[in-house]
Amino acid sequence: MGQMSTLVFAPGFFHSGAVGVAVAVGGAVAVVSACVGVFTVIRGQSFAGHALSDVATTGGSGAFVLGVSPLTGYVVLGLAAAAAMDLVGIQRARGRDVATGIVLGAGLGLSALFLYFDTTMRATTGATMTILFGSMFAISSSTIPLIAVLAAVALGVTALVYRPLMLSSLDQEIARAAGVPVRLVGVLYLLGLAIAVALSAVTIGAILSTALLVGPAATALRISRRPATALALASLIGVGSVWLGIVLAYDSFYWPPRGHGWPVSFFVVTLVFVFYLFTEARVLHRLARSRAALARLAARFAVHRQARIQAGG
Amino acid sequence: MPGPGASDAQSDPGARDPVLEVEGISVSLGGREVLGEVSFYLLPGQLTGLIGPNGAGKTTLMRVILGLQAPTAGRVTLAGRPHSSGRRPAGYVPQKVVLDPDMPMRARDLVALGIDGHRFGIPLPSRSRRQAVEEMLEAVDALHLADQRVGRLSGGEQQRVLIAHALVSRPSIILLDEPLASLDLRSEQEVVSLLARIAERQKIAVLISAHEMNPLLPVMDRIVYVAGGRAASGTTEEVVTTEVLSSLYGQHVDVLHVHDRIVVVAGADPGREPRSGA
Repeated sequence: MGQMSTLVFAPGFFHSGAVGVAVAVGGAVAVVSACVGVFTVIRGQSFAGHALSDVATTGGSGAFVLGVSPLTGYVVLGLAAAAAMDLVGIQRARGRDVATGIVLGAGLGLSALFLYFDTTMRATTGATMTILFGSMFAISSSTIPLIAVLAAVALGVTALVYRPLMLSSLDQEIARAAGVPVRLVGVLYLLGLAIAVALSAVTIGAILSTALLVGPAATALRISRRPATALALASLIGVGSVWLGIVLAYDSFYWPPRGHGWPVSFFVVTLVFVFYLFTEARVLHRLARSRAALARLAARFAVHRQARIQAGG
Repeated sequence: MPGPGASDAQSDPGARDPVLEVEGISVSLGGREVLGEVSFYLLPGQLTGLIGPNGAGKTTLMRVILGLQAPTAGRVTLAGRPHSSGRRPAGYVPQKVVLDPDMPMRARDLVALGIDGHRFGIPLPSRSRRQAVEEMLEAVDALHLADQRVGRLSGGEQQRVLIAHALVSRPSIILLDEPLASLDLRSEQEVVSLLARIAERQKIAVLISAHEMNPLLPVMDRIVYVAGGRAASGTTEEVVTTEVLSSLYGQHVDVLHVHDRIVVVAGADPGREPRSGA
């Protein structure tokens, strides 16, 4: 039994401070991302999440240049971008095109410059990896209070707008007729989304942050029929992916190349994807069926050939 | 043009006061006058058809009643009070509501949002809320759909659940924008008779917009006919006549009675073969 547990949890797992921080922060961030993400998927706003994660990349890399913690950069630029998106009118397809083509391109271009400065002038070689793909084992414990506050704000805002947001996601005209301030609710939600993306960027990186936002939520929405279940299930899948990812990343220290752990974000994102595939069982089923059909076709072809050969011979 | 009709006076004497009065409403959108001087009223327990061709301003008129569109002139009085901002005592089922099949929402969740969906914060489970929701689902013959995902119901079933959503806060008026569009014949008849029953039993005023009046003829107490930016209201016999509709359309219009149906033929000279049916 003891041997079993060391097989799963590599030696030192339960005594590492870095692991403890990763488990706590990762778990909290997964819950925030999952709850906010359910609405992102319902509202069809995955795009807004992507846009925010691109901008967060700029913020994080810029913060590195300035010597400030990346989280500050993620949050500040994320909130600014959320405000800008409301002004551009991200709901409209045209506003989206403008935002993607011009603003996000410019943002990622800036990130390239910042990351170049980070790696060449300040010799912080890990910066690129940390900003783009996160480094859950290197979260400094001094940022934990800020992370906790942000997580509480994001969850609080989501809880506050829960019902009017559901109603306006359902149909804006119905919501307006019921007296819902649709725009205000949308802006408050974007605020929560910006914070969720920033927090997610700290754990699995700015570029990957939407995976934790959209993946567990999309999986939960395939299964659950009711709002509360969807939120709970998405949180469960998110936390499960992050924690399992942490365990695997810790274990990977003993995998080839020996002595170098694999990135946590790789495991987390892969697990999120695997969970989603489970709910796509129907697709797998259809795949299996089409393989069976192919086999039948091949068999029939073989029979034909046999017949032709016999006729010819 | 028939005004608030004398013919309304005979139905039951308890419910005489209009729950809604629309007086001289004019609306301009983008510099173009969409509606001019539109007046009518709704009585409790009556089903009123808001009839007119597509683009006549029926949706705009409903949005004015709901306070979502400011009129350039005129006023709307709800239950004797000029309506202010805030929650209005009118239920609303908009046109073409598209419900995402993946929306994690059962029919009962959607109806519950009709009670408190505008409130901030997380709802606490409440027995009276649950009971109100189930009563309303039963009233629209949809109790058996309560636990199904609302986005996966058929068009007619969704329409019934949306009606329950609009009614559950017990408004004195319900507005339905083209509720029969894109329904098959059977669902259409079901929804029509359901709305007539709701008007009668719950003593609320029902206003239904439609570009085609025939499905509503058997149940419609009054009609508001909108065309050319103006409206005429009264009973069907008063309003749907060659004289009244010709004056609304600003050109000669024929009103033909074919069995139990009414066909309005526009743009045809009397004596010539009608070119189009509406």
